[in-house]
Amino acid sequence: MSVKIALAGNPNCGKTTLFNALTGSNQFVGNWPGVTVEKKEGKLKGHKDVVIMDLPGIYSLSPYTLEEVVARNYLIGERPDAIINIVDGTNIERNLYLSTQIMELGIPVIMAINMMDLLEKSGEKIDIAKLGKDLGCEVVEISALKGTGIKKAAEKAVALAQSKKSAEVVHSFDKKVEDAIDAVKVMLGSQVPEEQKRFFAIKLLERDDKIVEQLNTVPDVSNEIKALEDAFDDDTESIITNERYVYISSVVADSCKKNGAKKLTTSDKIDRIVTNRWLALPIFAVVMFIVYYVSVSTVGDWATTWANDGVFGDGWHLFGIKSLFIPSVPSIVEGALNAVGCADWLSGLILDGIVAGVGAVLGFVPQMLVLFIFLAFLESCGYMARVAFIMDRIFRKFGLSGKSFIPMLIGTGCGVPGVMASRTIENDRDRKMTIMTTTFIPCGAKLPIIALIAGALFNGAWWVAPSAYFVGIAAIICSGIILKKTKMFAGEPAPFVMELPAYHMPTVSNVLRSMWERAWSFIKKAGTIILLSTIILWFLMNFGWVDGNFGMLEAEQLNDSILATIGNVIAPIFAPLGWGDWKMAVAAVTGLIAKENVVGTFGILFGFAEVAEDGSEFWGQLANSLPAVAAYSFLVFNLLCAPCFAAMGAIKREMNNIKWFFFAIGYQCLLAYVVGLCIYQVGTLITAGTFGIGTVVAFVLIIGFIYLLFRPYKESNTLNVNVKSVAKAK
Amino acid sequence: MKTLKEVAVGQTVTVKKLSGAGPVKRRIMDMGITKGVEVYVRKVAPLGDPVEVTVRGYELSLRRADAEMIEVE
Repeated sequence: MSVKIALAGNPNCGKTTLFNALTGSNQFVGNWPGVTVEKKEGKLKGHKDVVIMDLPGIYSLSPYTLEEVVARNYLIGERPDAIINIVDGTNIERNLYLSTQIMELGIPVIMAINMMDLLEKSGEKIDIAKLGKDLGCEVVEISALKGTGIKKAAEKAVALAQSKKSAEVVHSFDKKVEDAIDAVKVMLGSQVPEEQKRFFAIKLLERDDKIVEQLNTVPDVSNEIKALEDAFDDDTESIITNERYVYISSVVADSCKKNGAKKLTTSDKIDRIVTNRWLALPIFAVVMFIVYYVSVSTVGDWATTWANDGVFGDGWHLFGIKSLFIPSVPSIVEGALNAVGCADWLSGLILDGIVAGVGAVLGFVPQMLVLFIFLAFLESCGYMARVAFIMDRIFRKFGLSGKSFIPMLIGTGCGVPGVMASRTIENDRDRKMTIMTTTFIPCGAKLPIIALIAGALFNGAWWVAPSAYFVGIAAIICSGIILKKTKMFAGEPAPFVMELPAYHMPTVSNVLRSMWERAWSFIKKAGTIILLSTIILWFLMNFGWVDGNFGMLEAEQLNDSILATIGNVIAPIFAPLGWGDWKMAVAAVTGLIAKENVVGTFGILFGFAEVAEDGSEFWGQLANSLPAVAAYSFLVFNLLCAPCFAAMGAIKREMNNIKWFFFAIGYQCLLAYVVGLCIYQVGTLITAGTFGIGTVVAFVLIIGFIYLLFRPYKESNTLNVNVKSVAKAK
Repeated sequence: MKTLKEVAVGQTVTVKKLSGAGPVKRRIMDMGITKGVEVYVRKVAPLGDPVEVTVRGYELSLRRADAEMIEVE
């Protein structure tokens, strides 16, 4: 018989460390159905039939955050056989608050007090026998980091699960509150098992709208609520929260010996400097510079160049030694295909489709690994919470989190790790908003397009490149303001009441594990979409009709390809943007493989097999084929529209929801189109004085845009999650 | 009537009452800011918002707009 044990506890209490210690490498990481909350499951070391479920870190079982709703639905709906409640011994009062709620679920509970060693160092003591008696469950001491006591805790949990002895609620609130709870318990009748009645009764009294969905008949408790609220002059939710803390204070006073004199801990000393009023911003800038410099400019750049130009390009030299040449994957595969006499189209498919697609996925991985080490370190040492603290004031105006700064900074190098870096943002709304807007920042691959347009049409004017960044930042700010007022985003509240955990040195194994989990999820979840789309586009570019015969084309016959046909069909769509030429449309489409491809595609279409990175060979031809305003509109469109397939894969991975993925891509393309259109139409009005339907449309769009920016809105208070689907889907 | 928003850095105050309703209030209370608890205002972020307080032995950051919901003395 298999036993299910859930790990529950506050964020930053050492839950992940304990989970890793209990399960080792025997883990399965996924997502809870329908939401982007991470779900981790593993088998207890040495017990094949014991499954450990790592619940999201939560402070309470309130209905207001996704993590809390997910955790409580699991606890109520799936009913694990036992719960290990991890409690941070150095922060016991707030940690016990969740414990009092877990005790009410009618599931066997064992409490594991973590960080006892730290506590002893500071001269404080917890009498665990007394604490256990006061709380009505067994209490054990552990140190998740050192691994002490965890085996005992796990074995006790297994024994407890098999005995099926559910936790008995020994805590009690004020008499009036208890009377009301008893009255509601009676009303619940037989639809709720006896041991869960207290939980349901309290939730009903708290007016918890999510619990109502889990009951067949909802008793009318308005009289009880009213009586309580009149007696305490507060709302029931607050009354019960208050009662819990009153109870906890009495328990803590009874069983914990606090150190009277407050000493400044090392963590306090670090924090004094790191978030100092004057030093915080310079320190933040230095930290960000190091992250950027290492993960984008130097190590990250070498890693990407090595992966893209070496392993998947022209080959590379082991340790840089000339004689140790290692051929690239494509050339090895090509050699093998030639040796077996493979048909042209098949080797084309394998080389330019599949191998190139795999290369597009794996090429980003080395750089990501570097970045993820930084992120894991910053997160687990406690600095990431300070980043949110320092930057909150600026970013919250645009519906973003202070932590959005990092994805955007990384996005200037490459959007793929940029999007993946959004994982550090806990708040669902802030994270989605960040994912949608990060790729607006011009990444490294968009620089050749900027250089091309600036060089060909603006004589290399100094302002073109800065204006591209300005457009990107403006797009982020405007999108933030507009989107936070839309229905898609308005539903979720974002209280910024955040714990600033104590600084500590993360363990190497935790950092590496977090790095690998994220990189692997990119390869697995983003890989398929990147690979598939690369293959499809390869087919469209390399096949077509020449003299009535369908077949594979040479590279310079791109204008006979299926893609060119499609380009001809879709070109009129871009006419209002000033670049209705099919060549431009085709170039924009090939930009989806990688943005720098836009320049190369132009080269082929203008009759050059090889061109420089900025395409200087055909500047003259390009300048003759369209006016400067149209070229700028083309540039802006390419900056803002859907990013490359790799970045789209990352977006899909991070959204973890197909509807949100299409919403993000659709929004980006729509915004790019509207901005491109307005630039061209208003631009031609100013430069050439042309006035037509397009100009009118542009002005209507601008007015609409301004309306969307400034329309009033009210932040909603309810969490928009379909609880039933989360609870039932498995 | 004084709220936590007006408390100067370095001062310790006692919470008297919480106004407002809904998720923000619940969250503030979940984090341990309840009637009668002592709150020490530790510092203000470099840009003037949010503030960092010590409550029940740990550090918490909250926005000034939310701090306004907390009546203190």
